[in-house]
Amino acid sequence: MNVGDALPPLEVEILARHVVMGASSSRDWQPQHHDTHWAVERVKVKDIFLNTPNQAGWIERYLTDWTGPSGRLAKMRFKMKKSVCAGDTLRFDGTVAAVDNGFVDVNVLLTVDGEVATECRAKIAVPRDDNDDPWQRTGEDWRP
Amino acid sequence: MNVKDWIGKERTDPPGDIVCERGYVLHWLEATENANPKFWDPSCDISPPSMLSVWMRPLQFVPGREDTSMPLSLHFDLKDAFDLPDGVVSANEITFYAPVKLGDRITTTQKIRDISDEKTTRVGTGRFWTIDVTHRDQGGEVKGVETYEMFSYKR
Repeated sequence: MNVGDALPPLEVEILARHVVMGASSSRDWQPQHHDTHWAVERVKVKDIFLNTPNQAGWIERYLTDWTGPSGRLAKMRFKMKKSVCAGDTLRFDGTVAAVDNGFVDVNVLLTVDGEVATECRAKIAVPRDDNDDPWQRTGEDWRP
Repeated sequence: MNVKDWIGKERTDPPGDIVCERGYVLHWLEATENANPKFWDPSCDISPPSMLSVWMRPLQFVPGREDTSMPLSLHFDLKDAFDLPDGVVSANEITFYAPVKLGDRITTTQKIRDISDEKTTRVGTGRFWTIDVTHRDQGGEVKGVETYEMFSYKR
């Protein structure tokens, strides 16, 4: 893993089911994540849209598709600029931004039709060598 | 309403209504079509880090409970205080410490870091605010710290 490496892109057709299941699995019952009328008439977007914790879940999934199961998410910061609605094709792209002793920083972009919906900087722990399991790191060894 | 009275305000909500459990973990993996074998392994006793905020969200119905309790109660109190009925999260930062284990019950402490002056955006006129949330398990161990940047507004 080197700075500048690109992660394989991922494309997902976001269905209403994804939005509602994302809301349900994160226990978020704000109406804009399950009620189309509310989303359109009150929030003025085209349809129900992915909630914040579900986006965190998608980003973790995108990163661990790349690292494999030893990858352990340490930190993430994401800014949502545009809603990701049911009916959108959501694309994930990632680039390695820093590599530091078992921690990798990745810039992740979520785009819809080439327009940035969410931008994220994430730090994920990866094995330093064959004997290292990031999931066992604690104390001084875990510095997210 | 004086903004200064709210900045620095801290509150600990009651422990979560639900404990971390495997059914939720599978629902989470299902929702994000996440094939990570670590979490599909039936012997796995932790939840994916990104699930951190799930465990604080209250049940929408509990026998005998009068009002629907809300997660991040300080945020909803701020919305009421400033009469800003709508809100969106604009940014979220999460730092993950020890993984949340099956059976853990999470308690959150919220603190208001700052509140902006009144601003007008595409969706309406309101205020941005930043709330820090610390998630601890039943033993007091910090599992993660989140920062939410919200915009609450009126049309």
